[in-house]
Amino acid sequence: MQEISLNILDIAENSIRANATLIEVMIEEAPSTDVFAFTVKDNGCGMDAEMVKRVSDPFVTTRTTRKVGLGISLLKSLAQQAGGDIKLQSEVGVGTIIRADFSYSHIDRQPLGDISAVMVSLISMNPTLDFVYTHSFEKEEFQLDTRELRKILGEEVSFSELSVAQWIGEYINENLTEIYGGAK
Amino acid sequence: MKSIAELEAIKKKVLDNVNLRQEREEGVRVVVGMATCGIAAGARPVMTAFLEEASKRNLNNVVIEQTGCIGMCALEPIVEVYVPGKEKVTYVKMTAEKVAKIVSDHIVNGAPVIEYTVGAQK
Repeated sequence: MQEISLNILDIAENSIRANATLIEVMIEEAPSTDVFAFTVKDNGCGMDAEMVKRVSDPFVTTRTTRKVGLGISLLKSLAQQAGGDIKLQSEVGVGTIIRADFSYSHIDRQPLGDISAVMVSLISMNPTLDFVYTHSFEKEEFQLDTRELRKILGEEVSFSELSVAQWIGEYINENLTEIYGGAK
Repeated sequence: MKSIAELEAIKKKVLDNVNLRQEREEGVRVVVGMATCGIAAGARPVMTAFLEEASKRNLNNVVIEQTGCIGMCALEPIVEVYVPGKEKVTYVKMTAEKVAKIVSDHIVNGAPVIEYTVGAQK
């Protein structure tokens, strides 16, 4: 994967596979302190301690555990090669939190990539799930909570509607430009 | 700046369309493989391209959905198109560039783009 945002999409897909109904994606960027991190938190089925130990090893993954197979090991090596690591916390019946840290300035840190396209994919293709997307750059922060959008759209208008998906993409992009200080 | 309030207007428009849609037949489903293999091979830009193309053409009867890995990782990104009453068509090694032709030939005009399908793979 060539972008960190694609790893975020991949990890969030694990949450969907784990039957989560609420998925929180948090991204922190702070060049001044050399911080680049993202967290994906879900309320899915969770994993037991044994599984948590195994998931980052691609070779113990079997077909039945494929929902968490290659993705986490890819992310782990990606973080480690950019001066960071991943942290995984999970509890059966409660959910999973995965955090990946990178050194912002590391030459091998991949670019974030098109995160707005990732969020639009997630939201529009899983219209019944809720997503909270929080993105900070230095001290600026932007948050999109589908529960708030859902209040306006009501039950009869789905996030899978093309015009809604398109609006969400534009809304995210505008706000990102804003938190990045006008230009990226 | 966009505000969340704009969604009100979008909602109204969508509801008007929904009423129209109910008079039409069942919609077209476009299903994109979004497992690790699909994502790594470029499923996201393909999905975005379908979204843009369908919006551009105002195809309100098209729904874009996702699925997991269907076991042909080497052929990802894979997209399945379900037109009501027709057999499912599976497109493989998709790119954003191929999307416009699929939308115009297959979804709008009902003629699958054979050269992009899994059957055309050697």
